[in-house]
Amino acid sequence: MSLTDTILRSRAVAALTSPHGVDRYLEQVHPMWAAHEVRARIVDVHREVDVPGHPAVATITVQPTSTWRGHRAGQHVALGIEIDGARRTTRVFSVSSPESRPGDRITITLRANPAAPDGQGVSRHLVERAEPGTMVHLSQAEGDFVLPDRVPEHVLLISGGSGITPVMSMLRSLQRRTHRGRVTFVHYSRSPEHQIFAAELDDVRRSGHGIDVHLFHPELGDPALSAARLERLVPGYREVPTWACGPAPLVEAVRAGYDGSDALRVEYFQPPRTTVTGVGDVSFARSGLAAANSGAPLLEQAEALGLTPASGCRMGICLSCVSRKTEGTVRNVVTGEESSLPDEDIRICVSAPVGDCVVDL
Amino acid sequence: MTATLNETPAPEAHRIPGDVLLNRLTPEQIEAFGAEMDAIRRRVIAELGDEDATYIRKVVKTQRAFEVAGRALFYVPPAWPLAVAALSVSKILDNMEIGHNVMHGQYDWMGDPGLSSRMYEWDNVCPSEQWKYSHNYIHHTYTNIHGLDRDIGYGVLRMDEDQEWRPYYLGNPLYATLLMLGFEWGVAMHDLEVERIFAGEKTWADTRHLHAGLIRKIRDQALKDYLLFPALTGPLFPLTLAGNATANLVRNIWAFNIIFCGHFPAGVSTFSEEECEDESRGHWYYRQLLGSANITGSRLFHTMTGNLSHQIEHHLFPDIPARRYPEIAEDVREICERYGIAYTTGPLGRQLGSVARKICRLALPDRLTGRRGSRQPDPVVEPARAA
Repeated sequence: MSLTDTILRSRAVAALTSPHGVDRYLEQVHPMWAAHEVRARIVDVHREVDVPGHPAVATITVQPTSTWRGHRAGQHVALGIEIDGARRTTRVFSVSSPESRPGDRITITLRANPAAPDGQGVSRHLVERAEPGTMVHLSQAEGDFVLPDRVPEHVLLISGGSGITPVMSMLRSLQRRTHRGRVTFVHYSRSPEHQIFAAELDDVRRSGHGIDVHLFHPELGDPALSAARLERLVPGYREVPTWACGPAPLVEAVRAGYDGSDALRVEYFQPPRTTVTGVGDVSFARSGLAAANSGAPLLEQAEALGLTPASGCRMGICLSCVSRKTEGTVRNVVTGEESSLPDEDIRICVSAPVGDCVVDL
Repeated sequence: MTATLNETPAPEAHRIPGDVLLNRLTPEQIEAFGAEMDAIRRRVIAELGDEDATYIRKVVKTQRAFEVAGRALFYVPPAWPLAVAALSVSKILDNMEIGHNVMHGQYDWMGDPGLSSRMYEWDNVCPSEQWKYSHNYIHHTYTNIHGLDRDIGYGVLRMDEDQEWRPYYLGNPLYATLLMLGFEWGVAMHDLEVERIFAGEKTWADTRHLHAGLIRKIRDQALKDYLLFPALTGPLFPLTLAGNATANLVRNIWAFNIIFCGHFPAGVSTFSEEECEDESRGHWYYRQLLGSANITGSRLFHTMTGNLSHQIEHHLFPDIPARRYPEIAEDVREICERYGIAYTTGPLGRQLGSVARKICRLALPDRLTGRRGSRQPDPVVEPARAA
């Protein structure tokens, strides 16, 4: 940390810039100046996969501010971007580059989500329209789907689709650490055209060095993942430390094959759930309570379950009840507006769930 | 709340329409009126975007620039008045156009933590968390309802005939002056409800949950304004200290005057709890309109008041970005004319005079000033005023 950083993060500067904090002043001078927050500038956008009729995949290289503390292979970051210049939308993406140190450049590899509504799709925007020079907001790296500091002798990495990103970070880190043991890399993608990092994986396979790469393409007739298949690839795989990431069906198949073995660590993307008015379930994540969605505002549904969330006016003006909705669609009962953004702060007194909904209460 | 009723009615027209007006529109009219307000709300919310974001970011940039300039100019002793002026503007912008409005959630849709109602902390001694409770919830939900809205006189002043006169209120003008000079402290102490502690209705211990937050905020504010920044100017310490205190004072006086013009000039109504039982949404809008008053002025003036010069529109749509209030006002006035609802507005001088007269008049018992309690129904109502 430089002397400037030390001064900017000091208690004296915090006291002088109270109540706003030093970053609120630095950002006015230059968007890449920060003492605490992490921001980043896009330096490169590279198309990985571009199959006509299918959502494209791109790797975005970003240069974070010096406040970036680095990441461990397998971790993810929240990336926020002002798509139309006004509304910042934030989504979580795995880092695909090898483990990084403070201030290092990192890459994020992502598939454009075709279901995202216009103007709200972070992934669509990044893949289809982002240009070098654009500023984005980052969180510090998060998540415990990571390689341990002492890497086991044999590592098995299983992934499907864009779930390749965290395990690619692991594979690249292992190569950089000149891991002497064995790595088995198993990946499922629709077809060879859909294969992300195809050229790099091809190089890895040919260079040998104890890394076995197995790529499967169901569209070419490769069978789905099963215990028998894993056993053939890696005899005694249940005892091999394994990291698996991908869509729900793949992760479920891997889970079934490991039969509760603690050698397996998984990360998966939630499948979409139903969104029909007045049906579905409402869950309150923090309290672990859930019930069938009655269609009433979330505040009433929470209270019906015995919860006592903070609330005030009960008519959507005072913001006392603002809570975080992590999943699902809600309708503002006053304006009729519907909103499906994940991790959105909503006024639960006037927000009625449309179908399944999860609120952090 | 029992009103002090005078046996003989005063001859002049009723100046506080209150409940008379609230019963004048039929339930159907009230509902139609509410639907028109909801329509404005939907329209403006759908339009929010780039322009609003650019505007608030520009205001923030301006505020930060004034703040830095103010702090820096204290190193140049002859520029002391300029330094105080710059810092005063900074504190006024921070508290009013930025702080007050951001904490209403007007810019939450931007998703920017620096402009989020949950995160913003303003440059005065009142902790934002406590202010949001008493202001956003209590004051904006129960606007001008006796016994519920503590902003009627802030527990210190007699601002309405329906507050029963006591000899204590002879000091009304004095208390108002003191509240003006120390307005940030008045706002900070608001949640403690000190007057209820004195009245024995609650104890000091009941306010314990507020103490830590208050002490921390006061300490942080005092540390930077009265110790660190003065110390950084070395031998100019006393000048800088005096300058910072003056800037806080200027902000206090300005904010007090603007805010008192929002709910206390002649023509603004207060309500009883009974009137507002089982209130519909339309009725709520109607009450907000009758309970607030605007101030006319230039665009710069509106910005410096945090657009609280459009108190009526702010009370109708507290979470819509304040820069939209002037355009909304045109529609609201047109609707008010159609329904025959009073829309109180006037230039700053006139509204201030009206408030000052009220503060002095209500210091005296009603029998001396020849006014009677407003709870008495009166068919004569002051018509909508032109700006």
